[in-house]
Order: sequence, then structure tokens, then C-alpha cells
Amino acid sequence: MTDVAKVVDRAFREDAGRAVAALIGAIRDFDLAEEAWQDACEQALRIWPQRGVPDNPSAWLFTTARNRAIDRLRRDRVGRDKLAAAGQIADLQAMGDDVHEIPDDRLRLLFTCCHPALALDARVALTLRTVAGLTTREIARAFLVPEPTLGQRLTRAKRKIREAAIPYRVPPREVLPERLEGVRAVIYLVFNEGYAATEGELMRAELCDEAIRLCRLLDHLVPDEPETRGLLGLLLLQHARRAARTDAAGEIVVLEDQDRSRWDQAMIDEGLALVRDSVAQTGPYRLQATIAACHAAAPRPEDTDWPQIATLYTALATIRPSPVVELNRAVAIAMADGPDAGLRMLDPLAPDLDRYHLFHAARADLLRRAGDDAGARFAYDRALELVTNDAERRYLARRRDDLAPA
Amino acid sequence: MRYLLMIYDDEAGYDAATEEQREAMRAEYGKVAAGWGDRMQGGDELASSTSATTVRVRGDERLVTDGPFAETKEQLGGYFIVDVEDLDTAIALAAELPGARSGSIEVRPIIGM
Repeated sequence: MTDVAKVVDRAFREDAGRAVAALIGAIRDFDLAEEAWQDACEQALRIWPQRGVPDNPSAWLFTTARNRAIDRLRRDRVGRDKLAAAGQIADLQAMGDDVHEIPDDRLRLLFTCCHPALALDARVALTLRTVAGLTTREIARAFLVPEPTLGQRLTRAKRKIREAAIPYRVPPREVLPERLEGVRAVIYLVFNEGYAATEGELMRAELCDEAIRLCRLLDHLVPDEPETRGLLGLLLLQHARRAARTDAAGEIVVLEDQDRSRWDQAMIDEGLALVRDSVAQTGPYRLQATIAACHAAAPRPEDTDWPQIATLYTALATIRPSPVVELNRAVAIAMADGPDAGLRMLDPLAPDLDRYHLFHAARADLLRRAGDDAGARFAYDRALELVTNDAERRYLARRRDDLAPA
Repeated sequence: MRYLLMIYDDEAGYDAATEEQREAMRAEYGKVAAGWGDRMQGGDELASSTSATTVRVRGDERLVTDGPFAETKEQLGGYFIVDVEDLDTAIALAAELPGARSGSIEVRPIIGM
């Protein structure tokens, strides 16, 4: 990637959500806002290599996107739409030039994207696309669905927002609780996309920061929600390990090999306090935060309370059954009771998780621990066929090559 | 923004009701709708789906069949047209209808012509 492409990419990632939220706030048109922003990024890629990168790339991009939206409104709107367009243009013109100096509209956007009148998968996709600025391709990979399917999902969701007049606002207090669950699910998924990015580098720390930021905002707006605090605790405890998760060369270091002195102790302390704080409730996020707390509290890998983690996963599987939870439960049981116990639990999950690289990676690791190198090699090969992240691919290849020769 | 609120409910209960009970239900709907003021643009109760006729024209042939388009347990029993600011308001009004508790209300935006 060229330097200019890198700057555009960074500005795109960092500003997309804020810029698109601000544009939608002014014009109430998701498609036009996204297209205008996309156009601005493409224009930057054309112009910057010749004229140089401007002093304030994000202001340049936002101003360009805003002007682009104005141009399109002037050009495309005819008949009675012209009157509405005049109002939209006036609102766009009244905005500041720098997206970082105008009020952050993302929470309003977040609640609109997470409106219960939209299907859950559409809420997640739309939030990742518009608030988090992920590409359709990245979202499709994160959710193991074909890209065209994801594209249709987004199109349908935006059409419904427009045609059914889903309001663009933070919901009034009396309906806030019912809106929170979907918002939390989306924040968690945004975090996961950052925690194990589908493309390029292993982590996209800014996405994790973004998820934590949104979660803090949510916690501030609707205080004392045990599950919001549980989610925040979970995200902090996971993110606290970021520096130890890769080595100097960017290679993956798994939990048991991590230098625990490199964990972010301040973040762990905040996370542990949140987990203790919300002890009254045992919702799915608090349970997962408690699992993360078990890892964070262990000074050495061998101090990890695996039986306790297995118990927590069993509780999680009861309230939120899913093949991925079962996979994690199987791994915890393998660590507590030996690899064979875990392997027996994995077999029934194969139909659901056959296309999930971590299923095969976990299986490979348990087979290796059980001494079945041939089986482990086969499972690593399968994981390698499915993995999309470069760092994970190299890690899996190393583990495979460490096995005894076939 | 106008929305059609379609009230779907199990007809068996309504069919079994006495005329007095039906009057009480109508009064309940009337009270709710009166509370909507001029946001209520129209609405009515429909006769039982057993009185419905479905018409299709295929080529030159007109097909007329007895009964509603879809044979389901919950049938369209009535409707309201409301003119409100957005979907949240339409959902809030729909939730006030007695049919929302026993059956379900489909909220559909109306495209103005």
C-alpha cells in the first residue's frame, strides 16, 4: 500500500462512522451519506498523490464529502424533492468543516441502526457498516455469510429505515431498556472484529477502542445496567492483553505463552471492578467477563482455574446456547479434564462449525495434546484452508510444522 | 407519514363472543382510537374472514374462490390508518390496541400517491 493509500485508509477507518453519522444527521439519507463519504475517499486517492496530503486529512475528507452530498442533492433531486433538498443543502452548509469539531452523532446513529423493527442481522451489519466504517466484505467474513447476501441485507435495512420512517434519534427513556440489548450485541461484535480482524493485521486496536468508547457512552447514557457494565468489563479485560498477544514481529502469542507483565494492569483493574460491581446479575456478558477475569487473575498459565471457567461456560451455554460457546466450553473442559474429554464434545459441533477455522484449530490443538500428530496435521490443514487473517495463518502453519514429521 | 395498522387476531374467540361482548370490544377500540385525536385518519372492523372472497385473474380467466387469501389462525379483523411523525409513534399507537395483546398488529407504511 502506498503512503497516501495508508493515510486515506486510516482516515477512512477512524472518521467514517463520525462523518457518516453527521451527514445522516443533516440529510437523513443513509445511501447518500455513505456514497458522499466513499466519493471523498476515492477523490483523496486520486488527488493526494499529485498535490500531497493536506495538513488535516480528516477535515479535507469531511468537507469534500459534504460538498459531494450537496452536489448530488442539487443534481439529482427533481420535482417536489427539490424543496426537501433545499432544506438538506442548507443543513449541510451550516455544518462545520471538521468532523472532530461538531457534536458526535454516533449514538443517535447507533440506536437507529439497532432499531428493533430491523432484523437483528441487519442491525449488526448496518451498525458495522455505518458506525464502525467496516467494508461490506469485512462484515460478510466476520459473519461467515457471502458478500452479496450481506450487501442485500444492508440495502433492505436502509430501505426500511427510509420507507417505514424509522426515527433518527436516541430513543426516549421509557423504551431505552428494550433497545439496549441489540446495541450491546452490536458493540460486542464490533469489538470482536477489532480483536481478531478478518483482514490484514491480527488486531485493529482502534475498533476495540471504538467498541469500548461506545460501551462507555452507553453506560453513561443508561447507567447501572449490569449487562452494559458486564460488557464493558469483558471488553476491557480482553483488550488489556493486546500488547502481549503478538510479538515484535507481529506473530501471534497464545494466552498460555503470553508475557503477563505486558498486560495492561490499569485496564484489568477497571475490568475486574466492573465484574465485581455487577455481581447481582448473571447475564451473558457478565458471565463472559467473569471468564476473562479468571484469566486476568492468574499470575501464571498453570494458575488458571479451568474447572471454574468450564462451569461458567456451562452457565453461558444454558442461557445463550450456540455452537461457538460449546466450542469454548469443550476447550475449557479439555484444559480441566484432559484433551480426550474436549475432543468428544467437538465431534457433534462439526456440522455447524465446519467452515469456522477456529473449530479446526481448536481440534488440532487438542489432538496434538492427545498425541495424535497425524490427526492434528489434518485439522491444521483444514483450519489453514479457512483462515483469512495473515497472522493467524502463519501461527497455524507454525503449529502444524512443529508437529512430528508425518 | 401514514401507516396502516392491520389487526390480526384469532377469530374463534370473536365468533364465539356474544353481541354484548362484541359491543364491549368495539367500545374499547373506540376509546383507544378517540385518544389518538386527529392522528386517526380512518379505520373499521371487518366481517369475519368466512365472508371473504378471493379474486385472481390469470390470462382471460377470472378465478373466484371462497375464503381469505391466506388460511392462517390469525386473520385480519380490522384496521386503522394513522398519520404520525415516525415508526416509533405508529408502534406506540399499535401497542395500545386490544388486538396487540391477544393477536398482533402489522404496521405498514402507506406510500402516498
